[in-house]
Amino acid sequence: MDFPVLTVILLAPVVGALISVFIPKEESRIIKAVAGISTFISLALTIVIYFVYYTQHLDTGGMAFTEDIPWVSDLGVVYSLGVDGFSLPMLLLTNVIGFTAVFSRSWSVEKRAKEFYILLMILIVGVMGTFVARDLFIFFLFYEVVVIPIYIMVIIWGSGSKTKDVTKEYAGMKLTIYLLVGSAFLLAAMIWLYMEAAEMRGLPTFDIATLASLSSQFDQQFQIIVFGMMGFGFTVLLSMFPFHSWSPDGYAGAPTAVSMIHAGVLKKIGGYGLIRIGFFILPLGAKFWAPLIAILAVGNVVYAALICLAQKDMKYVVGYSSVSHMGFVLIGFASLNIIGLNGAVANMFAHGVMSALFFSMVGYIYGATKTRYIPDLGGLAHQMPVAAAGFVVAAMASAGLPGLVSFVPEFTTFVGAFKEASLRIPAIIALTGVVLGAVYVLRMVANVLFGPRKEEWDHVEDIRGSYWIPVVVLIAFIVTFGVFPSLLMDMVNSGMQPIAAKLVDAARVASQMGGNI
Amino acid sequence: MIGLNHFLVFSGTLFCIGLFGALAKRSAIAILMGLEVMLTAVNINLVAISRYVTPEYLVGQVFAVFVIAVAAAEVAVGLALIVAIYRNRISVNVEDFDWLKW
Amino acid sequence: MIEFSLNNAWLIPFLPAVAFALIVLVLRPLPRVSAFVSITCILISFIMAISIGIGVIQGGEKFVEEPFKKAVTWFSMSGLKIEMGFQIDPTSAMMLFVVTLVAALVQIYSIGYMHGDKGFSVFYAYLSLFAMSMLGLVIAPNLLQMFVFWELVGLCSYLLIGFWWYKYSAREAAKKAFITTRTGDFGLLMGILLLQIFFGTLDLQELAVRIPNFTEYGLTAGALTLIAAILFLGPIGKSGQFPLHVWLPDAMEGPTPVSALIHAATMVVAGVYLVGRTLFLFKTVPGAMAFVAFMGAFTALFAASIAITQTEMKKILAYSTVSQLGYMMLALGAGSLTASMFHLMTHAFFKALMFLGAGSVLHAMHNEADIWKYGGLKKYMPITYWTFLIGCLAIAGIFPFAGFFSKDLILEVVWANSTLSGHAHGPFQGLYTLLFIMASMTAMMTAFYMFRMFFICFHGELRDKHAHPHESPFSMAMPLVVLGILSVVGGWVGWPGLTEGKAFGYFVRMGEFEIVHANWTLIISSTVLALIGIGGAIAIYWKNAISHEELAKKFAPLYKLSFNKFYVDELYLWIIHNIIDGIGRALWWVDMHIVDGVVDGVAKTTKVLGSVFRRVQTGKMQHYALVLFAGVVVLVIIMSFADTSVASLSLLGGGR
Repeated sequence: MDFPVLTVILLAPVVGALISVFIPKEESRIIKAVAGISTFISLALTIVIYFVYYTQHLDTGGMAFTEDIPWVSDLGVVYSLGVDGFSLPMLLLTNVIGFTAVFSRSWSVEKRAKEFYILLMILIVGVMGTFVARDLFIFFLFYEVVVIPIYIMVIIWGSGSKTKDVTKEYAGMKLTIYLLVGSAFLLAAMIWLYMEAAEMRGLPTFDIATLASLSSQFDQQFQIIVFGMMGFGFTVLLSMFPFHSWSPDGYAGAPTAVSMIHAGVLKKIGGYGLIRIGFFILPLGAKFWAPLIAILAVGNVVYAALICLAQKDMKYVVGYSSVSHMGFVLIGFASLNIIGLNGAVANMFAHGVMSALFFSMVGYIYGATKTRYIPDLGGLAHQMPVAAAGFVVAAMASAGLPGLVSFVPEFTTFVGAFKEASLRIPAIIALTGVVLGAVYVLRMVANVLFGPRKEEWDHVEDIRGSYWIPVVVLIAFIVTFGVFPSLLMDMVNSGMQPIAAKLVDAARVASQMGGNI
Repeated sequence: MIGLNHFLVFSGTLFCIGLFGALAKRSAIAILMGLEVMLTAVNINLVAISRYVTPEYLVGQVFAVFVIAVAAAEVAVGLALIVAIYRNRISVNVEDFDWLKW
Repeated sequence: MIEFSLNNAWLIPFLPAVAFALIVLVLRPLPRVSAFVSITCILISFIMAISIGIGVIQGGEKFVEEPFKKAVTWFSMSGLKIEMGFQIDPTSAMMLFVVTLVAALVQIYSIGYMHGDKGFSVFYAYLSLFAMSMLGLVIAPNLLQMFVFWELVGLCSYLLIGFWWYKYSAREAAKKAFITTRTGDFGLLMGILLLQIFFGTLDLQELAVRIPNFTEYGLTAGALTLIAAILFLGPIGKSGQFPLHVWLPDAMEGPTPVSALIHAATMVVAGVYLVGRTLFLFKTVPGAMAFVAFMGAFTALFAASIAITQTEMKKILAYSTVSQLGYMMLALGAGSLTASMFHLMTHAFFKALMFLGAGSVLHAMHNEADIWKYGGLKKYMPITYWTFLIGCLAIAGIFPFAGFFSKDLILEVVWANSTLSGHAHGPFQGLYTLLFIMASMTAMMTAFYMFRMFFICFHGELRDKHAHPHESPFSMAMPLVVLGILSVVGGWVGWPGLTEGKAFGYFVRMGEFEIVHANWTLIISSTVLALIGIGGAIAIYWKNAISHEELAKKFAPLYKLSFNKFYVDELYLWIIHNIIDGIGRALWWVDMHIVDGVVDGVAKTTKVLGSVFRRVQTGKMQHYALVLFAGVVVLVIIMSFADTSVASLSLLGGGR
């Protein structure tokens, strides 16, 4: 395709941000509209290419809509973009959440709206870039672009909590430092990989596919060490137990839009990178580390779910629940078979839309009532029935109700995990997370929304105007992908095919070598 | 006969005196003077080496002129700073100038 | 019509789904139109279900041997293919008929019952969603589709129990129902996963072929028994079997039509239906069968013993539902799909009837729940009285009411499995003897508590002097009459001696068809037991020959135990609040102080190191200059004494 559609998708929010620069800061409505329009352009184009890919490229698989422009040819850096069945769902997720995040409610954003939306646009571009990059260098570049706006947004527009002695500055700092430590490991691993490959080929390259084609030549020890470093970087981003504690604090501290993007997509960069780079290029390393990932994944699921039970702050409930859900993703990764990988990747998508809706509704309620402390709330369905409906849908999706987006991915993940005899025990323990998940979300739903009317909330308004957008769009996605899971699963399956094949190959090689991994 | 070595020893001595002055003096003005002495020592070196080693070129002399010019500018800036600081602190004692710490 | 219905059976759940979508998206502000659309859709589904029923009866043997199945792929990948579709056989056709019938009647009934409620349209939306989910469950050709709709009916149950969400009790009951059934679903999901892993399919017909040869799939009998037991957790939760029965009585917080539809006639039997659908799995391993039978019989007896002392009409009915569900499980555990499905059908008729009757009473008494406030309602509401009497006689198992036939069939199959019959075999026949005795006792207790309630409510004098009871409107009375008739004639399809092509058991069965012969010993003994129960109720609560207060005092510990439901709820609450929440709080502490403690500790170490090393920064220019100069001196010394090769220069940053 000659039209550089991916670049246009990337540039639309940039253009929006640039236009916003020239709008007087008092015109916050216009700025919001510009942000909305530019993200909508990205979203619409993404939906178009999603369906083009779905109808035309699904059988062949592989990268489509590719663009290659040499950038730093001495280092082998190429501005190369492209999407396949793995990156498209993630790109779609980014744009859905980006678009709806613009219209979500954060009361703190009423001041300095201009700066907020400009940073939001930059953040969205950064996230999108990581998913469409086919070049390791470009991937890392966009990844670093993400960190800075997040930090600024949390410490300026964030909020502290009533249940835990945490300030927004602490939350922002913790989140940023964690991500930077992770990315330092990542950078080191990346450079090492690059040097090794450059030595082998004689020609330096950052191209992921080319690196992956060398995967069988990398020596096992090397793969284990480099995957370990890379895996650390990515799983920190995915909030793997015990490196998860930045995530609840960060989400609780962040303004609504940032929580949505962070929990919805940014976390998924960790999973994306782990698969696209870790599993694809270093399959033997993945095989070595998978058992540890599985065990920690169980920690994620059960530990975080139990902690959720003790939370009294809505954002902490959702924050810990997202840590718990990442456990399902990780256990799918650890299964290393196509079914588990499909389930885990689809689960990333599912968790993205669902947690975005959840954070959006929590943010709306917080914006209206100025409190997130559950015992202060109650009976809010009297005053805000629409928000309550959205909240219940999010809660049900979080509990994995069939017909909503997260059921099929979770089921598939567990099929994949049960398939590996060694993973059955961890998987069974993780399955209890399904019950605990229902307990904490229903408790929150009951205590926040239902029960007798509380007079002090009579002044709050229900969702209206542009606040409808997140509710409608996200519920539409949650239901559509829940009722027609093949829209998602076929896509993911085509994207996972080469990676799973690589893992199978690696297993064969390892058994031929007689290696005990 | 006075040779290159005499000049070098002289400039070395001068440099050390200047260095001691720059490091040990309390008054900012004296430190500036110490710096000037060090620069002068360097200038003597430049001219002397140029004269004895490569008499056909005037590179050393030219450098010395540059150094003098820059030193003059530096003194101007340095004195201005000292005056500014003095207006703030009513002191030219460098013991009091520790804002760089922490 | 028959052909069309058979080929398009997916329309049966789809129509209520359309009604749901229409009401939620468009019709919400128009309550009357909402009700009309919802009822129309369910009536069309009902007509289709009837024509499917006729088709199945005409087809006869064909459908029993080879269920009619159509399915499309829902999603697939290598090694996992999940379909959505429908499977029509006599069992599902019977269920379709029962569910659409009761759903339609309840929706008609609700016009009167829910009249004037703020959430009238939403109520119909939920009822439609429920109908959709339940019908989808009934026609499911594979276990995953069943699970999907199984969860959806759970959602509907949650929404409808919590329909009056502004009441604390309703909100808590809804939450409890969802979480309790979820606990069971944990097992169901695990069972489904294990079946998928070991047998590679979830299709019911495929599984029925593969499971009996389980050794080929690397399983031992013990492992398969375990899988069956894990799978059975789901039905335990959904069908309110002990120990997960606690949610069902609380579920009565929902509007009464909901109790009739969901928590008596249809949804709660989903567990029974699921076990019935997967009976080939349980039949393969006798241990699992004995487990199911025991759980059923124990639940039946346990719930009946609670029902005896309860004082709320709907609570009594709820415990009786639990008890009857236990009966159905017992029948399955005894290996008879026929008996359990038969009882499922008749129970749906008479229990829906009684719930709707109770709703009629509550409507008349303005939601006064305590039966001791009632009395003498006979003269105010004759239709309710007579239909309720039919229901009580049916559940007590009096000839010729529907319950008589189905209950006797269950007793008979348990009898056949026990040592009493003399021709049973297998390791568990002693157990079945015990179960038979438990079931017989349950039958007697059922008759007793039902008539206890009946006499307290409808006979004697009205105790609450402020009440002005009145008969219910036509829309509410009509379903009562229809169900009343069915509660009488519904059992006749299982008349002993009916032959091939006529008997219920010919169609709904697993294995060979056997003509049911009247077992007179059993019939007489069970009728006598029922009559003893009724007689006791007459003596105590009608004629007041024995004072019930005296009785309660005499057996005070037992009475208290039963009245407080054996303290199961209290035990669960204690466990949840102290142990599970306690672990949660403890882990949160760990997270804040240990996990975060390490993180903050690293940060703090950095800070401390910084505060030490910052002393180096005196801020005095001269110190810095001194250090700088010292550095230069050191370098000069190194360069003058060491060799000036590339190595030493590289020390200064050169090289390469």
